[in-house]
Amino acid sequence: MGAEILDLLSGSAFWIAVLRIATPLILGTLGVLLCERAGVLNLGIEGIMVAGAFAGWLTVYQGGGLWTGVAVAALVGALLGLLHGWLTVSLSLSQHVSGLGITLLATSLASYAYRVSFPKVESPPTIQPFATMEHWLPIPVLNAQTPLTLLALLLVPLLAWGLNRTPLGLAVRMVGENPAAAEGQGLSVARLRIGAIMAGSALMGVAGAFLTLAAFNAFYFNMVNGRGWVCVALVVFASWRPGKALLGALLFAFFDALQLRLQQSSGGAGGLLPYQVYLMLPYLLSIVALVLVARKAAYPQALMKPYRKGER
Amino acid sequence: MRLEKRASPSPAWRLAAPLLALLATLLIGSLLVAWAGAPIGKAYALLLEGGFGSRFAWSETLTRATPLILTGLAAAVAFRARLFNIGAEGQLYIGALAAVAVGGLHGGTGYELSPWLLFPLMMAAAALAGALLLLGPALLKSRLGVDEVVTTLLLNFFVLLFVSWMLDGPMKDPLAMGWPQSVGLQEALQLDKLIARSRVHSGLLWAIVAALLLWGLLKHGTTGFEIRAVGAGPTAAAFAGMPIAWVTVKVALLSGALAGLAGAIEVAGRTGYVTLDMSPGYGYSGIVIAMLAGLHPLGVVAAAVFVAGLLVGADSMSRAVGVPTYIADVIVATALIAMLVSSLLINYRIRWRERRDGR
Repeated sequence: MGAEILDLLSGSAFWIAVLRIATPLILGTLGVLLCERAGVLNLGIEGIMVAGAFAGWLTVYQGGGLWTGVAVAALVGALLGLLHGWLTVSLSLSQHVSGLGITLLATSLASYAYRVSFPKVESPPTIQPFATMEHWLPIPVLNAQTPLTLLALLLVPLLAWGLNRTPLGLAVRMVGENPAAAEGQGLSVARLRIGAIMAGSALMGVAGAFLTLAAFNAFYFNMVNGRGWVCVALVVFASWRPGKALLGALLFAFFDALQLRLQQSSGGAGGLLPYQVYLMLPYLLSIVALVLVARKAAYPQALMKPYRKGER
Repeated sequence: MRLEKRASPSPAWRLAAPLLALLATLLIGSLLVAWAGAPIGKAYALLLEGGFGSRFAWSETLTRATPLILTGLAAAVAFRARLFNIGAEGQLYIGALAAVAVGGLHGGTGYELSPWLLFPLMMAAAALAGALLLLGPALLKSRLGVDEVVTTLLLNFFVLLFVSWMLDGPMKDPLAMGWPQSVGLQEALQLDKLIARSRVHSGLLWAIVAALLLWGLLKHGTTGFEIRAVGAGPTAAAFAGMPIAWVTVKVALLSGALAGLAGAIEVAGRTGYVTLDMSPGYGYSGIVIAMLAGLHPLGVVAAAVFVAGLLVGADSMSRAVGVPTYIADVIVATALIAMLVSSLLINYRIRWRERRDGR
């Protein structure tokens, strides 16, 4: 089994798979991170990813360009984010409950819209997905990916720089740590929070669109399959830092790709355990990650605390 | 816009808010029905008739409502103590599996227990399995501060894969023609039918009794008092000397046990064995039901019947006018959000404009 794994790790196919599996996790984790840095938990992510996957795919299926599909997915994500922002920031409803409600709403709306659009299809209709970057990017492994992966990787330093080095980023962090002080500085807590939720949710929409526009070429009902919840766990693991979020997503994808290969390899390691055991690993790993960092987790101070002007 | 707390809850809003929520939900539903190209009035009429319009409709609705009452109670009791148990789906499945493990696997071993002994053992095993599944996240929450929402959600996926493994291997029914299906319960362990020629079984009574017991416990028991105190504010409860961690553990055991029982009763009352699709998301629906009921145990019964009727009605409406059954899920989700907003309006008023002094 050891030799088999070594073989695996030395081939580029494995690393290509790692990066592909990591892409939606990177985008989704950055989305959650942005919301939480502004002080708002967004459990709508699972549903927003489903809605993004569907909206992006439908746009392309109707004749729109691939990037138009990505933009529509981002827009749908941002709109669902606006709803979450209105419920949690303006109305200060429970962030847990609002997020779960949005997941439920977005998932059922996407399923409904799919069935209305395609009442009687047996196999899901397909589109021509994003091509890889082999023709113009001279970097091995990365050039076997689609431009969405490149976008995800570029967003990591961009978000880190934006949060840590720009006045807007400082303002966003401030409403997540100490909204009263932010308001004292003349900042609008509500506007900053809702803006951050919309931007973060747009990223979640794109994370979903990656599944239909790059990883696969069709929409399936269960395609997100808990990836959104994994992103929420990864943000804690990353201690709310974009660089560590990238690391976490890659680490997670590494183990996911490993279990996938072990499951596929007949005999040897693959035959050792039932395939379900390998599939359980990613979820178990997320829980382990949460437990490992729990003690030193540096939550944004105002996370999950609604803020009302003049109230303490 | 901003919110201002009302000095006292507005009586007019208390009446109008739920009606407005219902109206908003119906309106959004209408738009979706129109989109599917069906006549709106007829679709709603078919939905109601399919869920509540006949003896058959009621029997199907009550059959569906049975697991929903139990998962709704599981969510309600946990949420009351601010333990966000989103794992009822997994707890239901592990309960169902435990029930079959106790009630179905003993055949041919020579240790045939009397059904009178085996049935309570089976139910206890299911409750225990569900309770233990929630105990981990509850301990992680109270010991390490790990958010229980994410851990319980992730465990749902974990449990479903575990069940799939069991149904493929150790607990597979060899006579199921290759379908992933567990061995079955013997007839003596299955619940009686309440109404002849229908699927309603005595599990419904179990669920209602559970609701009544929980209502009594929350209203009168010491545990109920502790749950309310922790729910009202952990800081104050800790200040008053409440053992918060212990209350959380007790609530977790109770909540997980209720969800586990939902699985066992579903197996004993309806299917007779475990399959991977035995629950179309009863655990998740239970969360919405608890919310719609305002976390009140008796309200849970009403909300569960309402949601079950919607789901059953949507099935028959879909067959008649071709509106996808997912409409029921959209309506339930919309109702939840509309309810949350409307309940807020009872206690707060919205000021759309800032006052001039900038406060």
